[in-house]
Amino acid sequence: MTVAAKHVIRYVVWLGRALWRQLTSMRTALILLFLLAIASLPSALLPQWYLNQTKTATYIKDHPWLGPILDRLGFFDVIASPWYSAIYLLLAISLVGCVTPRTIELVKQWRAKPGRAPRNLSRLPHHAVVTASDDPAECAERIRIALRHKGFGGWRAVVRTEDNGAVTVSAERGYLREVGNLVFHLSVLGLLLTMAIGSLFGYTGSILVTEGDGFCSSAPVAYDNFAPGRMVDGTDMAPFCIQVQKFEAAYDANGMAKFYRVQLGVQSGAAVHSDRYTEHMLNINDPLRIAGQRLYLLGHGYVPQFTVRFPNGDVRTYSAPFDPQDAMFTSEGVVKITDPPGYSGDAARKNQLAIVGIFAPSGLVTDGILTSAYPEMLAPAVAIQVYRGDLGLDAGQPQSIFAIDTRQVDKGLLVSQGRKNLNLGESMTLPDGTVITFTGAKNYVSLQTSYDPVQGFALLFGILLVGGILTSLTIKRRRVWYRITPAAEGGPRLSTGSRVDIGGLARTDEAGYGAEFGSLVALAGAPAMTPESAGEPAPLTEEVPRSEKERVT
Amino acid sequence: MIDPTFSHLSDLAFEGAMAGYLVALVCHALQMASHHVRRQSPAAAATPALVAAGGASMTADTLSDRSSAADGAPAGEAEPLGRGTEHRHTRFAEQIGRAAVIVTVIGFACHVLALVLRGFAAHRPPWGNMYEFTLMITGAAVATWLVVLWRNKFARPMGIYVMTPITVLVFLAGTVLYTRSAPVVPILNTYWLNVHVVAISLSSGVLMLSGLASAAYLGRLRYDARVAAGVVDPERSATRLPAADKLDRIAYRAAIAGFPFYTFAIIAGALWAEVAWGSYWSWDPKEVVALASWVVYAGYLHARATAGWRGKPAAWISIVGLATIIFNLFFVNMVISGMHSYAGLN
Repeated sequence: MTVAAKHVIRYVVWLGRALWRQLTSMRTALILLFLLAIASLPSALLPQWYLNQTKTATYIKDHPWLGPILDRLGFFDVIASPWYSAIYLLLAISLVGCVTPRTIELVKQWRAKPGRAPRNLSRLPHHAVVTASDDPAECAERIRIALRHKGFGGWRAVVRTEDNGAVTVSAERGYLREVGNLVFHLSVLGLLLTMAIGSLFGYTGSILVTEGDGFCSSAPVAYDNFAPGRMVDGTDMAPFCIQVQKFEAAYDANGMAKFYRVQLGVQSGAAVHSDRYTEHMLNINDPLRIAGQRLYLLGHGYVPQFTVRFPNGDVRTYSAPFDPQDAMFTSEGVVKITDPPGYSGDAARKNQLAIVGIFAPSGLVTDGILTSAYPEMLAPAVAIQVYRGDLGLDAGQPQSIFAIDTRQVDKGLLVSQGRKNLNLGESMTLPDGTVITFTGAKNYVSLQTSYDPVQGFALLFGILLVGGILTSLTIKRRRVWYRITPAAEGGPRLSTGSRVDIGGLARTDEAGYGAEFGSLVALAGAPAMTPESAGEPAPLTEEVPRSEKERVT
Repeated sequence: MIDPTFSHLSDLAFEGAMAGYLVALVCHALQMASHHVRRQSPAAAATPALVAAGGASMTADTLSDRSSAADGAPAGEAEPLGRGTEHRHTRFAEQIGRAAVIVTVIGFACHVLALVLRGFAAHRPPWGNMYEFTLMITGAAVATWLVVLWRNKFARPMGIYVMTPITVLVFLAGTVLYTRSAPVVPILNTYWLNVHVVAISLSSGVLMLSGLASAAYLGRLRYDARVAAGVVDPERSATRLPAADKLDRIAYRAAIAGFPFYTFAIIAGALWAEVAWGSYWSWDPKEVVALASWVVYAGYLHARATAGWRGKPAAWISIVGLATIIFNLFFVNMVISGMHSYAGLN
């Protein structure tokens, strides 16, 4: 190997270490935390594709200069944007770099015995002297056992004999503080990981099902809307089928919903496609869990129905779900008739019909505008405008099920045939003789299937996270030392007793140690006769490194 | 459904709370003001003669006075003779401070009563819309403040920092956010409402107090810096604010009490979302800003333990955290629409 190559390798290693040290420093972690907080804000302030596509599209259209730039930079899909991912990935790496050495350190500390007693215990922040009636060795053993059985957080104590014959007990507690702290940080990492895995391998699908109809979740295409994770190809979805048997809702006098729910027939596993259904009442806030998937009742609405008598004499029934616009279920939507009878080929496409309008379960017309006065179907009415022409469905672009493509109207391909308000049973006749009759409405429910293979782990990490932070913020690290010497100098009267010097140190959060130290003193023996020794706490010396005083991460 | 008597009584109790907090605010302001005129009394003008007479003793006296003012302890007892006016000022400050706490307690009792009566009026827990939610948060903040006072008597003079924003928020709740008592929509009709909303409002209140204590801390630091720079003469305008490190400590303790609680509240929200919305985390605006607040408070706790970030920078982080919580409370609910749109404002 040439000298130059050695230099390059050395440089790369140096650079790597420097970068690693920089990345795992607290300063960097803090900066990354702030970047994360700031980078999250655009997703709250700007419309997001995954939350509301129409709103986002409108926003971009309204801001022709800034909109596309922001879109290109990922501001309308912040969570999936490369810069957001970069921040949390760096933060995750920084976390690993912080947690790993600390875990090793903790294991070392766990194995090591509590440190030797400082030479001068009276210089510690807490200090006391007591006398004991037993001799030093017995006294030390007694203290060690007493510490063992003392309270939560467990004291670890070790007895040593010093060169001059004094017996010491060194004890430390609060190791769980660091454990809790590490558990907290590891849980944050775990949670990040489970969220990532969940979004890769999970999916959600939503669908509107009319009362009386059914639905089978066998492939993505069965859904109105399907949002798969990147690793989902839709081939191995555990299939289940449902039948929407009966929708129920109750409202108070003001039209406020008390509850709504839907009676389902459910098939899963081997029963799929048989005629055996299990009854299930699906409520909001209470999903149905089938084979790892969850089925939710998210909302409901009405499906107005129309009977259309075509000029050729054919009579057909059409319906479509309408989208509720207010709490009283004034709903908007469109019934699209794509295959009008009596026409063939191109003529059929050019004579498609669209019944666009408003449905009100309890209609109330004020100044010619139809709104609903109550969410229940007491006096159903519609206000419709009928279009004839090409709906533009062949263009290959997906259309909203609640609206027509207005560009077709602008292009003159869809032409209005008139508008009318209809009560139940009333009809409207189009110029070509087609008669449209409003015959009523059914209920529909909007359902969602969700699948996330790892959400159980997310819950586990969530619990560990809270447990970890609580442990690390409540448990305190304490040290105490006892130095026990024979009280022989006191004269023959005291020859069997001991003098116990006690020093205490709070490694985190001094508050509250005073009272606890009192009880630590009490377990050693009776207060000594020498008041001069239990003096004021002295300033800390080199025995207590400052950096150990208080650390969160 | 709605009991108009209870609803009306709740509104009366709210007015009682508002009145209590306003009077407390005035008392705190008077307490602050009374100390700014301390040394401008006629008796003080006569002191130069005394200084000339016994310089050494005067120095010692000044020192002790300053330290006791720093601790916020009543300095009156230590005053030498010949300063009757000053003595009166100190006693007045002490009494008005005590009065502030008493009216705060009365206001708080009304505050709680207003919430309880709202619950009776609608036959449901009183945290179903923005008005009630804001009352919960501010109530939690006042409760935390009273706990701080109970444990640390010296903290009283920071009341102006605490009660000003809280009173403003309570006022906004009663004016801008007020909604008539009503039942909640079915999706809120679950025990998760109690777990998540109670946890999030109470923990937000505790964290709010942390931010306010940090603001007081910065105020005290500024005063200390001005004294050090010689701009302010501590003899002429003393501050009654507790010593900086004590304020910092209150902020920290409130944060470590509120942070795990807030974490739990967010996780409870995720659990609810899992049964209600189809996913435990949807990156809804409210969720995103709550996460941002959480991250900022995590940053505060870390900064507080990192050399070079303790003190002033950490306090600013805490204040940023407070700002994100208030932003989440108002802006996200009132301006941005998302899945958390249960405010009852429209």
